[in-house]
Amino acid sequence: MSLLRIRNLSVDFATTGGSFRAVDQVDMDVGPGDVQAIVGESGSGKSVSMLATMGLLPWTATVTADEMTFDGHDLRRLTPRARRRIVGKDLAMIFQEPMSSLNPCFTVGFQVKEALRIHLGLGRADRNARALELFDQVGIPAPEKRLNAFPHQLSGGMNQRVMIAIAIACRPKLLIADEPTTALDVTIQAQILDLLLRLRDETGMALILITHDMGVVAETAQRVAVHYAGQKVEEQPVGPLFASPHHPYTAALLAALPERATERRLPAIPGVVPGQFDRPRGCLFSPRCRYADDKCRTVPPPPLGPDLGFARCHYPLNTDERLAS
Amino acid sequence: MDHALSEEVVEQVARPGRLREFWFYFRENRGAVFGLWVFAAFVFIAIFAPLIAPYDPAIQFRAHALQPPVWQEGGSWQFVLGTDPLGRDMLSRLLNGARYSFYVGIVVVTVAASGGILIGLLAGFAPRWLDALIMRLMDIILAFPSLLLALVLVAILGPSLTNAMIAIAIVLQPHYVRLTRASVLGELGKDYVTSARVAGAGLWRLMFVTVLPNCLAPIIVQAALSFSTAILDAAALGFLGMGAQPPTPEWGTMLAEAREFILRAWWVVTLPGLAILVTVLAINLMGDGLRDAFDPKLKRS
Amino acid sequence: MLRYVFSRLATFLPTFIGVTLISFAFIRVLPGDPIVVMAGERGLTQERYDELVRQFGFDRPILAQYWDYLTGVLQGDLGTSFVTKRPVWDEFFALFPATLELSLCAMVFAVVLGLPAGVIAAVNRGKFFDRALMSTALVGYSMPIFWWALLLIIVFSGNLGWTPVSGRIDLIYYFPDPTGFMLWDSLVSGQSGAFASAASHLILPTIVLGTIPLAVIARQTRSAMLEVLGEDYIRTARAKGLPPARINGLHALRNALIPVITVIGLSVGTLLAGAILTETIFSWPGIGKWMVDSIFRRDYPVVQGGLLLIAVMVMIVNLTVDVLYGLINPKIRKR
Repeated sequence: MSLLRIRNLSVDFATTGGSFRAVDQVDMDVGPGDVQAIVGESGSGKSVSMLATMGLLPWTATVTADEMTFDGHDLRRLTPRARRRIVGKDLAMIFQEPMSSLNPCFTVGFQVKEALRIHLGLGRADRNARALELFDQVGIPAPEKRLNAFPHQLSGGMNQRVMIAIAIACRPKLLIADEPTTALDVTIQAQILDLLLRLRDETGMALILITHDMGVVAETAQRVAVHYAGQKVEEQPVGPLFASPHHPYTAALLAALPERATERRLPAIPGVVPGQFDRPRGCLFSPRCRYADDKCRTVPPPPLGPDLGFARCHYPLNTDERLAS
Repeated sequence: MDHALSEEVVEQVARPGRLREFWFYFRENRGAVFGLWVFAAFVFIAIFAPLIAPYDPAIQFRAHALQPPVWQEGGSWQFVLGTDPLGRDMLSRLLNGARYSFYVGIVVVTVAASGGILIGLLAGFAPRWLDALIMRLMDIILAFPSLLLALVLVAILGPSLTNAMIAIAIVLQPHYVRLTRASVLGELGKDYVTSARVAGAGLWRLMFVTVLPNCLAPIIVQAALSFSTAILDAAALGFLGMGAQPPTPEWGTMLAEAREFILRAWWVVTLPGLAILVTVLAINLMGDGLRDAFDPKLKRS
Repeated sequence: MLRYVFSRLATFLPTFIGVTLISFAFIRVLPGDPIVVMAGERGLTQERYDELVRQFGFDRPILAQYWDYLTGVLQGDLGTSFVTKRPVWDEFFALFPATLELSLCAMVFAVVLGLPAGVIAAVNRGKFFDRALMSTALVGYSMPIFWWALLLIIVFSGNLGWTPVSGRIDLIYYFPDPTGFMLWDSLVSGQSGAFASAASHLILPTIVLGTIPLAVIARQTRSAMLEVLGEDYIRTARAKGLPPARINGLHALRNALIPVITVIGLSVGTLLAGAILTETIFSWPGIGKWMVDSIFRRDYPVVQGGLLLIAVMVMIVNLTVDVLYGLINPKIRKR
């Protein structure tokens, strides 16, 4: 049974220019201990779908879904109080900007211990001991000293480790990491990813990794969902996805990886993700797609079967393998 | 990108233009629109007061002194809002009072803003020592409570509406200096200024053509808000006997004249104050609307 | 932190010099012969004229005059009142507690009501309470307080007869005033009814003086809270599953307080300006009324000295606010 199960999730934002659909009919299944990656460009709705799962969207957002369950709880019907018992304890999340995601007015120690007090009801001494243990676990040197530091006194990498310590403080069953390394230096990025994978091995939690970096995906994930303009356009285990992408967008993303470049110039995907005011009528990727024809531009493609990676495409790629097998 | 395709994509809602977007946000704020209408009415009255007012504001109908408004026992349609202790028509005086308040607002804001913007621009572009000197000077003016400084300035210059306006303009001007300087310093670091510099724009061009237009939004908001401050302070000075002198039908001065009748004739006290409040409130509503429409941070989503 | 305090002090000193220059210049820029102007319509004997010239040092070079003035100021010599013949310094500090008492009451009134109002409005953004509260705050912010005072007098003193119209206490009470704070002195005096009388005299002036700061604090708290509530760390706090009361009241308010405290500090100047009007209307014997009376009596040494002392006070408060700002904002504290 899956830990997180989402069916037909859509998120709409009320803006002054009218309603804007940021997430469009997304399905998702994450089992215990899974490492699931969500890839896509900025604005593809990958963060928003996870924020909706956490219940962290602003009041301008409307969330609809046929099913949204986490660990047996129906996330759609939870009272705010019941949701707060799960969020931060069994279901945790870390964010892209570690510097601004920690409260500048409180020491990092306070911010770690706070979660311990609210969810576990630990006493003062226990909280301190657990906080030290956590800091040690996430690789913060000299934890006794660091507990009393303010966020602005630590580096970005250290702050992200603090964020991770807060997130895993109550031993969550699922940790959502929203581009945890984007704002960090390249050398730190690898360390943080290694840390996340190590923690997942140690604690058995599931991990959802939101990223726009296909390289990161290749190194870490088991399954990959590719999002485009709010839709999930393809989902496969990581090996088959890299070997035989079915959606042209996935193929284009992979072709843009430096390691896979066959020419001197890296192939880029022309154009940008459609926004609120230029959403195509048919396939959302059609304006940027090499293979698009009139059908693509007028008829939105439904997702295909699991053997074709649920690809939303009228003309999926690499179908010959299936025929051969 | 394939052009034939792109044209087909850009079919739906076009992105709204900047001015229309501004008006959209302003119009969405119902208080601001209401304020705008009241302010428009205020300006209209200020301009055409002598034509609208039933009487000359200085004519004394001694037989009708302290006559209450029409809806109260003893009132008559002859003096709709009653008369003051000297038998002058309240309505005519209130309508004419709008002229003085409007005049004060316009003059003070024009003087304070143009002076403040110039000095602020100068401070923003000047070498450090000159900048520091200017800002210390402004600190000195700001160390005095505005009304007290205005009061003392009027004491030196002699009590009159003109001197009150000069004093208020001097007191309000440092706010423009600080605001302009802060926005200038904020803009100077941006790439478009650097590129204008690299393109060889002269200092004056840089100041007035490149940077100033991008600093205008907060200054416009400040102008609206200090318009109301000017009206309030002028009325306060009038109330203390240091602004417009009787028999000028300035609202603050009218209040001061009416003080001793406070418990006998509510209308001579209530109405001028209400006029000040409504005017100031309308302008502040408008100023808030301007600020919200200019400030993208507070916009929705 | 120490360096921060010193850098604040470094801007304090030149401003202080500038303020003394302005108050020094005050008597000298009066149009016409300042001594004749000061004497007013009463006229002067030649001896008195010469005496005054010597008293103000008008016969000496201007720089020497300023030096004398500055050293005098630093020693607490601000000249002598024409009217009462008492030192300006003594008069100021005899009247100052009355103004301080009124201002403190007004500030407490404004903070106690304004802070929670702003927080609640921000948390309920766009709902009825928010709209109602913010409309009321804008009315308060636009209020001509001299008129507001008169209205309150009409209703509460005239129609209802609940509150007295002027002064600090009923004249039937008499007791020593060791602190100058009427609330405290009346309590200590042990006379029955004295405290109630002092308190009832304070109510209307407090409301009048506190109205604009109340509106400003409520508005500022609301906008600071709204800004903070959109920050990433609030999302983190929510992701931790904290209850809303803790998120709004601790995580958000602590950050929102930084600009709010600045506004509270800066409204001290507004408060003193308001005290001029409030004290005049309620015959409150404080420095605001003293300044207005002195201006009308052409008691120029008093105006000059009061101007300087009030400005210095505002500057000291602003300095304190700056230091306090550093204390609650750890980004500055630890640097």
